[in-house]
Order: sequence, then C-alpha cells, then structure tokens
Amino acid sequence: MSITATTTATTTMRYDEAVDHALGQAMAEDPTVVTYGEDVQILRRVLHSRFGGDRVKDTPISESAFMYAGVGAAMAGLRPVVELYMIDFATVGWSAILNAGSKFKDFSAGEWKVPMVLRAGVGGWYSDGGEHAQTLWGSLASYPSVEVVVPSTPADAAGLMLSAVQSDEFTVFLTPKLLDQQILDYLAGDQRDTLDLSHIQPAAGVRGEVPARVEPIPFGQAALRRDGGDVTLVSVGTGVHRCLEAADRLAADGIEASVLDLRTLAPLDKEAIVEHVARTGRVVVADEDYVRGGLTGEIAALLLESDTSARYARVAVEQTIPFAPHLEYAALPNAERIAAAAKSLA
Amino acid sequence: MATKMDAARVYRMMVRSRMVEDAIVEAWAEGLVPGEYHAAIGEEGINAGIIAHLTEHDTMALDHRNTSPFIMRGTDPKALMLEVLGSDEGINRGMSGHMHIFDKSVKAGSDGIVGSGGPLAVGQAYAHTRLHPGSVAITFHGEATMNQGLLMESYNMAVAWNLPVVFVCKDNKWGITTYSKDVTGGDPVSRAKGFGLHVETAAGHKVQDVYAAAGRLVERARAGKGPGFLYLTCHRPNGHFEGDPLVGLLRNPKKQLSVWVPELQGGLVAEGGSVADKAKAMAGVGVRAGRYTRDVALTLRKDPVRRGRSLVSSSVATKIEEQERAEIRAAMDEARERVGHRVGFGVKGGIR
Repeated sequence: MSITATTTATTTMRYDEAVDHALGQAMAEDPTVVTYGEDVQILRRVLHSRFGGDRVKDTPISESAFMYAGVGAAMAGLRPVVELYMIDFATVGWSAILNAGSKFKDFSAGEWKVPMVLRAGVGGWYSDGGEHAQTLWGSLASYPSVEVVVPSTPADAAGLMLSAVQSDEFTVFLTPKLLDQQILDYLAGDQRDTLDLSHIQPAAGVRGEVPARVEPIPFGQAALRRDGGDVTLVSVGTGVHRCLEAADRLAADGIEASVLDLRTLAPLDKEAIVEHVARTGRVVVADEDYVRGGLTGEIAALLLESDTSARYARVAVEQTIPFAPHLEYAALPNAERIAAAAKSLA
Repeated sequence: MATKMDAARVYRMMVRSRMVEDAIVEAWAEGLVPGEYHAAIGEEGINAGIIAHLTEHDTMALDHRNTSPFIMRGTDPKALMLEVLGSDEGINRGMSGHMHIFDKSVKAGSDGIVGSGGPLAVGQAYAHTRLHPGSVAITFHGEATMNQGLLMESYNMAVAWNLPVVFVCKDNKWGITTYSKDVTGGDPVSRAKGFGLHVETAAGHKVQDVYAAAGRLVERARAGKGPGFLYLTCHRPNGHFEGDPLVGLLRNPKKQLSVWVPELQGGLVAEGGSVADKAKAMAGVGVRAGRYTRDVALTLRKDPVRRGRSLVSSSVATKIEEQERAEIRAAMDEARERVGHRVGFGVKGGIR
C-alpha cells in the first residue's frame, strides 16, 4: 500500500525535473543506461550537458524505427530510455510495443529480457487536439508482458522512474503533460505571458518534494491519497488530482471520499482496490482514457471476480477529444463529472 | 501544356495567407489561441505556386502548417479563425483546432501525425484514377518528415501504382528543434530519385519558379505519367511553432538564457559523464543556436510575399493589399468578438 516517507533530504522540484533527476541518478550509476528521442538534447539538456551526446541522443522523426531500435538495444545489453513527446506518436510504430517489447521475453521463454523504458507524455487539458491528447494506457496495460506506469506527483515520478530503469521488463512510463511544466513551456507556454493554465493545473502534481537521493518505488502498490468512508474514487495520473478536487466538493455536501492512486496500471494493485471498495461499498473509477475496453471496465471485472459487492460508476472519455478548451474540459473526467457520478451512487 | 502564371491572382493568394497568419500570430501572443500553432509564414511562395494549378476534384493532404494552403484554396478565413481560437462555432465546431482542420468544400484535410499526408494522398490519387481521371492529389511535408517510414512507403506505392500524386517537400532545414542534417543520411532529392519519383526543384521564395516546376509535375500526373517530387527550399522565421524556445533564445536571449544557463551548469558540475562529453554537449548547444540564427531569418530578399509583389504593378499590388487587409481584419475582429475577450486558455471564463 502506501509508501512510508523516507528520512532523506528532499528538494522541491517540478514533475519533469523529478523524472530527469531519477534518470540522471540511474545514468551516473549504470553506464548502460542511455536515452534518446526527438529533440532530447534540448528537452533533456541537463542530462545532455552532464553525460554528453553519446548517451543523450537526438533521433530523426522515425518513431517506428527508433522504438524498435530501443528493443534491439535492450536485447543487446543497454537499458535505453526511449522518449516520445506524446504516446499518440507511438501509434505509427505500435508494433515495436505490441509485437516486440511486450512479446520477445515470452517468445524466448523468459530467457531474453527487454529492459527498455518507453517514456512518453500523455493526456490533455491544454487544448492540443484529439491526436495529441490521448492516454492509450488502457490498451497498453492490456498486453500480456508490459509494465505501465503513470506517476501523479514529482516524488512518485522520481521513484517510479528509477524502478522503471532498473526493471528488467519492458516498461511504458507515461507522464501527464498537464503536470509537466517543461513540456507545456516547450509547447509555447513560456514565450507568452498571456498563457494561464493555473486554474486547471493541480499544484501538487506539478511541483513537490523529491528525495535528493531517489529510492525506487515498487510497481503494483497503490497509494491512498485521501481517506473517507462513503465512496472510493479510483484513478491514475491527472485523474488523481481531479478526484481530490471532487472529494473536496463531496465533503462540502457531507460525503466522505477515499482517493486511491493506482500509480501503475500493470501490475495493478488489485488487493488495494478490493480492500477500499469493499470498505466504502461505493466506487467511482475516473479514467482519462476511452471508456470502452480500458481501466474502468477492468476494475468492474475485478470487483465481480472477487465477489466484492459495491455500487459502481465510471467517468472516462466517451468521444474524440475536442480542441476547444471548454469542449475538451467537458469531455475529460473533470471534478464536476466525478462528483456527480459519486452522488449518483448515494 | 504549361499555362502562364496569373501574377495578380498568385500575389493575392500570398498576401491573403500572410495576413491571416499575422492576425492569428497576434492573437496567439495575446493568449487567444490555445494549444500549439504552426504558422506557414515563409512558405507562401510554395503554397501559392502549387495551389494555383489545382482544379475542382484535386485533393490536398496537409500537415501541421496548414492555414496557408486552406486559405489559398478558398477556406473561409473567419470560420478557420474561430476554430483556431477555440470556438465551437469554428469550421470544425471546435473539434479540430488548427492541427486537424478539415474542409470538405475545398477537398483538403490536415493531420498532425508527421508523414501521414503521404499515404493519404496515395489513396486519394488512387480514387482519382477511378472516379475523376486527370485529377491529382497533393501532399506537403518537410524534409525532416522524410525520415518517417510511412511517407517513404507512400513514395514507393505511388511509383509502383503509377499514381497522380505530387509530394511537395518544403526544406527549412529543421525538424522541430533538431537540425535535420544531424539526423539524416543522404539528401531529399537523391532519396526521392531512388524511389523512381520524377523530381523538380525550385527556390521556394520565388513563386514563379515554384509555379513552373509544379506545373510540370502536375501536368505529368494529370496525363497519367506518374507521381512527382517537388523539392523546395524555404525559411521558417517563426520557428517550429509560435513560442519555439530557440526563436525565444534569439528574440529574448536574456530571458531564455536565465533559465537554460543554470540548468546546463547544473548538468556540467553533476557527477557522471566525462569532461570531454560535457564540453562537446555544451558546444553543441551553441552550434544549434548559431545555425538557428542563420536559418530562421526571413530577409526581404528571401520573403516570398515581398518578392511576389514585384511581379505585379505597384497600383495592382496596393489595391490587392487594401482589399485583403479589410476582409481579413474584419474576419479576425468578428472572430475575436465571437469568442469573447479572455486571458489564457479560456477555461477560466468558460468553466468556472
């Protein structure tokens, strides 16, 4: 379940800095760790200036080739962290994930592992349009041998990144772009002072305390972010913060909500889900992915399979994500939708 | 049979495109345009020189720098502006935003997935051969897109099936913020020739040269003689997108360096990595900034709109500019009024 706080010194960092902080620590300790992707010598300029261009490489816009090359590099002894701006761009080379990364270990009967990390931004809330705003994690987590990680805070981002690099498995490490101030700045934010995302950016996800010396956070351990006895709100990534907002609204109406942050979708902390849902008897799954064939249905199945009796509702993406800010906000699992779903279970 | 370029018409297309882009860029800076915005300022000679050849059933598969070709083909500026400004009254009812505009009335659609225009144009061209023989499919892409597998596959398909496609390569030397030559083997023209594409080249800022080269390829394609590759050079004065950090480095070096220098120094003094690697990495940042300085500037000599002006009489040019300015200003004024005055992304005003 929840991780006890470490006693080591901490520094306040942005979400993106926390990821690079952990990756830098891993690169300093292990010369087989490398990172490459589009524009990484600019995006990961701190790592580039620290480790040089042989370990922090720019790629051409060739996702199918460089993702497959990551699998090849991992098979040949490196621990590559292959980066994409957005998971949407992986779709042109999805075979590298589905047919190589998630299968080669199984094809070799577990002998030949693929210790690669695919790092990619996910999600919307900042109006980038329907092919730059998806999460696709439900699909990713459905493949037999893949780890899918979605940190919701800087501290988690650091600890989970260290675990991802150290893992011998093929790992997809997904960073919600709304929490990643660097990518928002890069996509034009810091060149105009008229940009204001403060009203939809969860402060606790964007910046926070991170251990100076990062310790790995094990996969498959959910974190309870808020404890309440009436309903359990289950989510991941930005959705965790939307659930916390919804919990505030519900508390004003006398409904006490628990908020469970899954942190990794594969492996999934089934015990924690069952335990908290059984305790509250009501559950809302909030998912910034498509409603069909994803996390929301998976949790419903889990509850049925485990004979957990609970009232259930889900809030997820039910359409192509619109571009216009007000339409996008309405289409995503916002706090109003989550609170309304929780109330519908009363 | 090559037709003579109607210089006044082509100049009007370029002026109109530039004015729409300028108006959107201004609105972007004021926080009225959500998300990313990729202006086609500097590409007007390319777009006009090609689109001037298109007829009723010809189709266009566009990329992320699409406002200019849409406007030149006849898309309503106000409807496009409303979309880009995040209104649900826009041309795509707020669903697309600028990267995914679709306008069936001008037979053009755009896609933000790099390289996808190639295979889309191949499919359109195949349809043309069956449904509208003599029509062509045009697709625009950058030189950096030529490292995308699906585009290369579409070159081969177009040749193998002998389809009426013209692949237009706009070479501005940069893929997002990476210098294309640093991540590319060979060169675009020999690569295209290797696929068996018929190649024409021109300087993209000389619209009359683009028009002539495009005319030869379009004519071949219409006659069933197969696909073409039009290689054009151009400049990207606004960078990859509005707010491009490397453009920021040039326009407001103090601000950008105040962020970057401490970060880079942090990397330099941190443990791990050899001194030689660190030194090379730092030098690399300088080299990239230097190349950017050289490549993005749109000098008067290389400005396709300025150059195009000299192709018409001064009085005709002035009249065109006045007419277009009045229409585009009115369109943007009305679009701004419709979305309302707002700061940032409008979520504040729209939701809370």
